[in-house]
Amino acid sequence: MTAHDPNYNFAYLDEQTKRMIRRALLKALAIPGYQVPFASREMPMPYGWGTGGVQVTAACLTPEDTLKVIDQGADDTTNAVSIRKFFERTAGVAVTGHTAEASLIQTRHRIPETPLTEGQILVYQVPIPEPLRFLEPRETETRRMHALEEYGLMYVKLYEDIAHNGEISTAYAYPVRVEGRYVMDPSPIPRFDNPKLESAAIQLFGAGREQRIYALPPYCRVTSLDFEDHPFDPSKADHDCDLCGCGTSYLDEVIVDDAGGRMFVCSDTDFCAGRQAEGHQGRLSRKETA
Amino acid sequence: MTPLLQAKGVTKRYGARLGCGDVSFDLYPGEVMGIVGESGSGKSTLLSCLAGHLVPDAGKVIYDTRAQGPRDVLALPEPERRMLGRTDWAFVHQNPRDGLRMGVSAGANVGERLMAVGARHYGQIREQAVDWLGRVEIAPDRIDDRPRAFSGGMQQRLQIARNLVTGPRLVFMDEPTGGLDVSVQARLLDLLRGLVREMGLSAIVVTHDLAVVRLLADRLMVMKDGAVVETGLTDQVLDDPQHGYTQLLVSSVLQV
Amino acid sequence: MIQLTDVSKSFVLHNQGGAVIPVIAGASLTVAAGECVALVGNSGAGKSTLMRMIWGNYLCGSGSIRVGGVDVSGAEPREVLHMRREVLGYVSQFLRVVPRVPTLDVVAEPALAGGVPRDKALDRARGLLARLNVPERLWGLSPTTFSGGEQQRVNIARGFVHDLPAMLLDEPTASLDATNRAVVLDLILEAKARGAAIVGIFHDAAGRAAVCDREIDVSGFAPPARA
Repeated sequence: MTAHDPNYNFAYLDEQTKRMIRRALLKALAIPGYQVPFASREMPMPYGWGTGGVQVTAACLTPEDTLKVIDQGADDTTNAVSIRKFFERTAGVAVTGHTAEASLIQTRHRIPETPLTEGQILVYQVPIPEPLRFLEPRETETRRMHALEEYGLMYVKLYEDIAHNGEISTAYAYPVRVEGRYVMDPSPIPRFDNPKLESAAIQLFGAGREQRIYALPPYCRVTSLDFEDHPFDPSKADHDCDLCGCGTSYLDEVIVDDAGGRMFVCSDTDFCAGRQAEGHQGRLSRKETA
Repeated sequence: MTPLLQAKGVTKRYGARLGCGDVSFDLYPGEVMGIVGESGSGKSTLLSCLAGHLVPDAGKVIYDTRAQGPRDVLALPEPERRMLGRTDWAFVHQNPRDGLRMGVSAGANVGERLMAVGARHYGQIREQAVDWLGRVEIAPDRIDDRPRAFSGGMQQRLQIARNLVTGPRLVFMDEPTGGLDVSVQARLLDLLRGLVREMGLSAIVVTHDLAVVRLLADRLMVMKDGAVVETGLTDQVLDDPQHGYTQLLVSSVLQV
Repeated sequence: MIQLTDVSKSFVLHNQGGAVIPVIAGASLTVAAGECVALVGNSGAGKSTLMRMIWGNYLCGSGSIRVGGVDVSGAEPREVLHMRREVLGYVSQFLRVVPRVPTLDVVAEPALAGGVPRDKALDRARGLLARLNVPERLWGLSPTTFSGGEQQRVNIARGFVHDLPAMLLDEPTASLDATNRAVVLDLILEAKARGAAIVGIFHDAAGRAAVCDREIDVSGFAPPARA
C-alpha cells in the first residue's frame, strides 16, 4: 500500500457519501435482489463508464484492500486501466491482476473464471438495473410489479425470443430470480456466467445513472428464468481457447487478418495467463512455440 | 342465485361535479348489461369504479369470487384485486392500444395473461394462443406479427382474445366497437355475441350506440348527468322508454 | 296458461309536452293450454300493444300479466328472458337478426337457447325449413338478403323450432302463398294439439276461423274517452 493523493479524501468520495452508500448496500444485502435507490454522485467520468460500480467500490475500499478491475474479463483495457489508476491515486490501495489475490474486484460484464471465495467482494457496473424495463416503461408500474411479484411479463420477453429465434436468444443480462423472490438483472454478463452468480463472495451491483444499488449475499440461491420445454442453457462458443486450450471457459472471438481468419481466446485474461504459465497450450500457442 | 356483481350506492365526484351518483344494481351470472348515455353522463366513470380502476367516494362493489364467495372488491388487498383483474375479469378498451402491448407479437399478447398466472410451458402457451387467434378469426400465420401491423378491427379482436384466454367470468367493455367501420363493427359484435353465449360470460358494456346494446345486452341502464334514469330489459327500454331522456335518446337515432 | 287481469297501458310523451295517451284499460283475458285465441279489432285498437305487453316488450301500466308461473308486469329482466327461453315463443312480423349468421343457425337458435342439443336443434330446423319450402341452397346464407316471403317463413320456422307451452303469433300467414299458408296453419294446429296456449293476430279471416277457438275484440279494452 502506498499513500493516496492528499488532495482527495480516501477513495475520492467524502465520508458522509460513503456512509450513505454503505447504508444502501446493507439494505440491499438484507433484501437480496431488491433495487435500493441511492443518491448517486457526479463522478469524474462519463455515465456508462462505471460510475455506479466506482461509487460502490469507493464505499467498500479500506486501505488494506487489494483491488482488481476487469472490463469484459480483461485487466488491460482502457476502462479497467483507468478505474484501477483512479483508485491507486485516490485510495493508494494495492492492485493486482490475479483473481485469487484480490479482496475486491470491480467488473464490467464478466464474472472471473476462477471461483471466488469467502471474504471477496465482486462489484458490478450496471447500465439498466430494471429487468422489466424492456416491456414496461413506467417506473411506478415496475415497482408495483416487483412488490406484488407479478413477473409474467418477464416471460413475455423470453417467449418473444423463442417465437422469433426458435430459442431463448437473450445472450447477456439474462434475468434471474433471487431466493425465489425478486427478479433481477445480473448486469450485461453473458448468460454463460449466470451459474456463477451462486457464489461464496459478496456481489454488489451499482447503477450510477439510474441511482440504484442491489446485491447478492454469499451462497444466495439464484435461478435463471426459463420455460419447462426450453430450459436455461449457459451456452458458449463451441471451441477451445487457442492460447491455453481450455474447453470450459468463456471465449472471445478475435478477427486476426483481412481474410476472415479468427481465433478464440479466453475472455478472462488472468485465467488464461495462469493456465499458460502452468504449461497448458492451445491450437495457436503450439505453432508459436514450434 | 347469488349475483355475480353487486353495485351498492356507487358514487364518484370530481370536485364539485358528480361523476356518477348512487348507482346500485345486481348482475347475475350470464347476464349482459348495457350502460348507455351521452358523453359526460358518467357511464365510463361508473365502469372504471366497477372494474377497480377508480376508487369511488362512496358505495360498495361486491363480487362473487370463486374461492371465497362475495367480497367487497374495493376492500380487497391490492395483490388479490390485481389477480382478479388478470384471471376472472377482463377489460376491453375502446382503443386497442390501451389494452395491447404494441411492442410484442400477437402470440405474446395472448400468452401474457397465461404467463401471469404461472404458465411456464412455451409449447402449451403457443398452442392456446393459436387456438384463441382462431376463435377471433385471426389467421394463425399472423401469430408472430406485432399488433402495429394489424388493422383496427384485428387489433380489437386480438384485445378480446388476450382478455378471454384465461377464461374470465366477467368482462367490462368500454365502447368495444367505437372507432371501427360499420362493417367491421357488425363482425365484431357477432363474434362477441357468440363468445359471450358460448363461455356463459357476464358482461357490462358501456356504449353510446343503441344498436350495439340491442344486439349484445340483455338489459339496459340509461345514465344522464351521473345518475341512472331508467333500467330494464333491453328491448323494453328501447321500444317503450319511460323516461323523457330515454325517449329523446331513442328518437334521436337516425334511421337507415 | 296466459292470464291478463285488469291490465292498462298509456304512453307518456315527455318530449311532447308530457302528453299522456291512454291505449288500453281494464283488459282481462285467459288462454288455457291447447287453446288458440285471436285478438281482433280495428287497426290501432291495441292488438299489437297487448301482444307486446305479454311478451314483456312494453311495460304494463297496471294490473297483472301472468304467463306460466311468471308475472311479467313486475318481473326482473332475467326472469322475462327466462320466460322467453322456456315458456313463451313469439313469431313477429319482422325478422331481426345479426348479419352474417346463416339461416339454419338463425332458425335453430331458440331451441339451442332452450337447451336442446345442437344436432337435434339443427335437425329440427332443417325439417321446418324444408316443410316451409325454403330452398336448401339458402340455408347456409344469412336471411338478411332474402325476399319478404322467405324472411317471413324463416321467422315462422324460428318460432316453431322449440316446443314451448305458450306462443304469440303476429300475422303469421301474412305475405305467404296458399301452399305455405296451409303449412303454417298446420303448424299452429299441431302446436295446439300438443297443448300450447296461443294468442294470435290474424287478418286472414279464413285462417283465423281454421285455427282459433275464440275471438277477443280488443275494442272492448279501449280506455274511456277523456272529458
